[in-house]
Amino acid sequence: MSHISLVDVTKRFGSVTAVDRLNLEIEKGECFSFLGPSGCGKTTTLRMVAGFEDLDEGEIVIGDRVFSSSYKKHYLPPEKRDFGMVFQAFAVWPHLNVFENVAFPLKIRGLSKAKIIERTRRALDHTGLLKMERSFSNELSGGQLQRIALARAIAINPVVMLLDEPLSNLDPKLREEMRFEIKDLQKKFGFTIIYVTHDQAEAMALSDRMLVMNFGVVQQVDTPMNIYNNPVNQFVFSFIGLSNFIPAEISDGKVYVEGARDAGPLPVAIPGERTDRSRDKKVTLACRPSEIDLHDREGIFGIVKGKVYLGDITDYRISVGSVEVRVQKNRRRAFWSEGETCRLKFNRVLWYDREKESGSALYP
Amino acid sequence: MAEVRLSGVGKYYGKHRVYDNLNLTVQDGECFTLLGPSGCGKTVTVRLIAGFEQPTSGDVFIGKTLVSSAAKRIHLPPESRKTGIVFQDYAVWPHKTAFENVVFPLTIQRIQRNEAAARAERALDQVALKGLGNRLPYQLSGGQQQRVALARALVSRPEIMLLDEPLSNLDANLREEMRFEIKELQKNTGVTVFYVTHDQEIALAISNRVAIMDRDGGVRQVGTPDEIYEKPADAFVFKFMGLSNFIPVELRNDRVYAKGTDIGLEEVLIPEAERKRRDFIVGCRPSDIDLSRNGTGTRGVVKRMIFLGSIIDYRIEMAGREIRVQQDTPGALSQNRVFSEGETCCLKFHDLKWFDPGCIEEAML
Amino acid sequence: MTIDIKKWGVAEIVLVLSILILVVVVAIPVFMIFWNSFVVDGHFNLNDVVKVLGQPDTYEALKNSVIIALGVTFFSTVIGVFFAWLVSRTDLPFKEGMKLLFVVPFMLPSFIGALAWKMLLSPRSGLINKLLMNLLGLEESIFNIYGFWGIIAVETMYLFPFVFIQVSGALERMDPTLEESARISGAGLFTITRKITIPLVMPSILAGALLVALYSLAHFGVPAILGTQVGIYNIPTKIYEKIHQSAGSFMAIRTGTVLASILVVSAGVILYVQNLVLKSGRFQIIAGKSVRPMLLKLRGLRVPLLILSLVYIFVTVILPTGTIFLVGMLKTYGVSITPDHMTLKNFKYILFTWKMTKDAIWNSVYLSLSAAFVTMLAGVMISYVVVKMKVKGKWFLEFLGVLPFSVPGTVIALGVILMWSGKFGVNIYNTAWIIFVAYIARYMAFSLKSNSAALEQVHDSLVEAARACGASHWQAMRSIVLPLIRPGMVAAFFLIFLPALRELTTSVLLYGPTTRTIGVAIYTLNEDGETVYAAALSSIALIIIVIGHLVIRRITRSRLEGAQ
Repeated sequence: MSHISLVDVTKRFGSVTAVDRLNLEIEKGECFSFLGPSGCGKTTTLRMVAGFEDLDEGEIVIGDRVFSSSYKKHYLPPEKRDFGMVFQAFAVWPHLNVFENVAFPLKIRGLSKAKIIERTRRALDHTGLLKMERSFSNELSGGQLQRIALARAIAINPVVMLLDEPLSNLDPKLREEMRFEIKDLQKKFGFTIIYVTHDQAEAMALSDRMLVMNFGVVQQVDTPMNIYNNPVNQFVFSFIGLSNFIPAEISDGKVYVEGARDAGPLPVAIPGERTDRSRDKKVTLACRPSEIDLHDREGIFGIVKGKVYLGDITDYRISVGSVEVRVQKNRRRAFWSEGETCRLKFNRVLWYDREKESGSALYP
Repeated sequence: MAEVRLSGVGKYYGKHRVYDNLNLTVQDGECFTLLGPSGCGKTVTVRLIAGFEQPTSGDVFIGKTLVSSAAKRIHLPPESRKTGIVFQDYAVWPHKTAFENVVFPLTIQRIQRNEAAARAERALDQVALKGLGNRLPYQLSGGQQQRVALARALVSRPEIMLLDEPLSNLDANLREEMRFEIKELQKNTGVTVFYVTHDQEIALAISNRVAIMDRDGGVRQVGTPDEIYEKPADAFVFKFMGLSNFIPVELRNDRVYAKGTDIGLEEVLIPEAERKRRDFIVGCRPSDIDLSRNGTGTRGVVKRMIFLGSIIDYRIEMAGREIRVQQDTPGALSQNRVFSEGETCCLKFHDLKWFDPGCIEEAML
Repeated sequence: MTIDIKKWGVAEIVLVLSILILVVVVAIPVFMIFWNSFVVDGHFNLNDVVKVLGQPDTYEALKNSVIIALGVTFFSTVIGVFFAWLVSRTDLPFKEGMKLLFVVPFMLPSFIGALAWKMLLSPRSGLINKLLMNLLGLEESIFNIYGFWGIIAVETMYLFPFVFIQVSGALERMDPTLEESARISGAGLFTITRKITIPLVMPSILAGALLVALYSLAHFGVPAILGTQVGIYNIPTKIYEKIHQSAGSFMAIRTGTVLASILVVSAGVILYVQNLVLKSGRFQIIAGKSVRPMLLKLRGLRVPLLILSLVYIFVTVILPTGTIFLVGMLKTYGVSITPDHMTLKNFKYILFTWKMTKDAIWNSVYLSLSAAFVTMLAGVMISYVVVKMKVKGKWFLEFLGVLPFSVPGTVIALGVILMWSGKFGVNIYNTAWIIFVAYIARYMAFSLKSNSAALEQVHDSLVEAARACGASHWQAMRSIVLPLIRPGMVAAFFLIFLPALRELTTSVLLYGPTTRTIGVAIYTLNEDGETVYAAALSSIALIIIVIGHLVIRRITRSRLEGAQ
């Protein structure tokens, strides 16, 4: 039995549907991310799980307890849900010191003074804040504030931790560090995490599984690696990493870049039985800049229009006819210069149907 | 078009020293970037060239003109220097339209109305803002405002263009686009560009030459992007230009060992010039380390494996240190070289840079 | 074309000029107050000071000031916080309208309010009293507006917006995740309000409360109308009494300056504390993005609280204002308010016939217009030096600029009397000029604040960009800075014009037979028993003030839309 169940969860604001019939099962102890651009509905969904918003339709069940349900007309307010939550802006109370911040949820629950001290100190220990018990927020850095927020959330030993873009206000190096710390905490305490972010690198680095969302609709739910390797549509493909979308047509059993037949056919395998040989079919080839090889002998012809040296990587813009293809190569293998002709070989492409509106994937 | 020369320039604010003896020459028509961490003195340098600050010592030349000299008590005010400047916050005047912003310098120079209007329109065209001249800044996006600032700086045909971190307020995609446009503009107009930033990627992407400045205002290296990246003068430069690993090593019996251990770094070539010393710090980029299952190479254990899409990022424990390694995902997958946490692997180092052990603080900072 | 580095540039000259203005206009008058109090025959003398303080009536005045200020502060804070919370954090209907209406008392002169309440609740002739006596068949009236409670009540009505505005602003802009994180930690609404919300807005509450205290201590009008008659004096009214009774005797001025010194010191202390409170970095609670805060559902209490708010607004705003207009239209005072007792002749008389009132209106208008204009210009110049220029010695200017804030109207008036009554060869006492100078001193602080704020919005890089384009400092000022600070300047102008138009505290000590202001005219009419004319003139004053406010709103709104 899954730990967290969202069933047909829907939320509307006026005439806008922010979350559209979301169905999701999250396992116990999973680190699960909601990924999507701003306004896609991920934060709204999190807030419904937290109880700050009530759903218009659907149910949210955790374990065997119903937390929100439109069918049973049941709604448990946030203060009764016993979750840990960390906000983007830290939300550390400036008028209380570090100890008092972390002890707050314990005090509310009426634990004995001794227990409060013990549990607070334990949470502070786990987040490396024991020496700063008496400090106030105006004396502390962003990273420390975020740890206070974490400590406060884990102090009550929650079963579920909700994190709403917790790291986006920190600088890149700190962000990396804090990711590790969050994962370590999860290993120690064993809670389930729901993590909301718009940063796909972060989602992929942290999650066991994740969902990608756009305009309130779930696009794909899977492990990071699967989503990266097999995105179901063009939106997911482009959101999850750098991408080229090359308009192409299948004609007579061969694939050509649209408008650039004389560049030659692409040496790629056409997804088999789905194609109808009797007419040309328009497709979009999606591939990552890092998965294209520049060759002397194999591949379609292209001209190097731009070469930018970025240190570790060299970034190429190559024109094939009127289509511009972006290629990134490790500097150790970047030999071509501007103006030169080269040949492109695609190591891995995904095929999307241009004739269908949603640009969904065609798989062999 | 002119060259810029800072000769023995020093700048103090009261007792606070920015730098003492800065010597830089920007050649006519080149795109020169001053790169360094925040607070090192890059912005001060821009302001010295522009004329908003005066040097405490030394001389500043623009072209053949001595524009600032502490000793000779000479200071040409900003309005008399032929510079175009683009600030980090764009500094686009909110009460004037895009067109009015761009035509302003020409009006000040008392250029005849029609000609000024034509030039302004052309400048707007050059930065792909054709037709948006009537908009007020609040009706334009961040990127568009930045282009207004660019057009305004270019329209008066300045001798040099000064850009102070103009792209840091833009999102990643826009930044890429804009740095490309700046480079194009520079190529087309041939104007000398002095660019200041803390982002090494931008510096590498657009510059003819780069100067790296450290926190104390000292210039560590000046060279082409290629030189800076491939032949860093010291550990500071190496660290600044990208992700890096630093491993203290010692030479024993003509072999390289991790310092204080018996673990050898396999197949590491010691450059001739370095054989005189015994102790070194080697620097290596995470993407220059190859992992294999049973090959030659130093053994290590994978502590963390993070899938980041096109790259796989590892933290590997080897010889008591944590080494960061990055693999190309498709390559690793196809060669079955993806490792999980806890697995053992062999590390092979390429392209090591050899540094003096004295730089240990900088390396470990 | 190279230029040598000058030693004395335009910047230095402007600095010196600015310092001179502030010194002459503000610093010297204040200084003279202290000098007059503490220096006798060239020697520092505390004995006299102590003697003055020891006199029973001065001592009484001091005590009363404190009592009144404490009472007003307490009630203003309670009412202000309550309504602020009601308007910002509950689902009370018509909130936007309420917010506006609660702030209306700010616009109206409190002494006119005192007049209205006198008309309503004075023991014998008060309208409400009479009504109740008739209804209930009583011999004596229930309410007596004269005295401590009356003063405290009326001042509270007009000063609570200070607290209201500060607290509702803080509540609305507070980062909601601060409260949400408390909720998810298990705290219910009541606990959150107690442990999180209130402590976090405490600085705003304190800031508002301190302002109320400051104003109450320095206030003349309400105690003058409701206290003097029953022998209750506070510091400003005491000073007035001494000076007017003795027609400017040495001893009287002495007492006046001693009392004034105390006023200045207490004002300074209050402002210093307020500054500390607002600056305490702990309380950075403003959210970056605009978010909606948590609202409490009032449910059953919704209607009763709405009614309470409406009743409050009625009693504090509509009732007194209505009374003023109605009484102003009575043919004679004391008759009941019925249509056949009403006429518009009073207004016509005041506006077109009676020299005294015509002069008063004219004086107020041209004095406040010119003072506003001059102060605005001087303020721009001085603010520019303080905010934008890099010259040595501008710290002195900043220090001087802060002074005017802590100097109440009475003190300015006294100081101006001391300075400009012939001591330095210039005697403008009893002329309009002395009031003019006093207004400039009094309101310079507002001009500096408003213009500094506007200038700070004009980032240096905007000016530098102009200079890099070839514009000289002057050209940059004209093309870039001035257009951008114009809204701030206009705001400063009205910020001075309207209060100056309706003020009483300062001009009551400075007026001569031909230089009455509107405030003075109303006050003296009341003193002379001409209640109806006092009311009629008050009505006209209110109309002018409201028109003025509407004009500001139109101008500032159109500017906002234009130069967003």
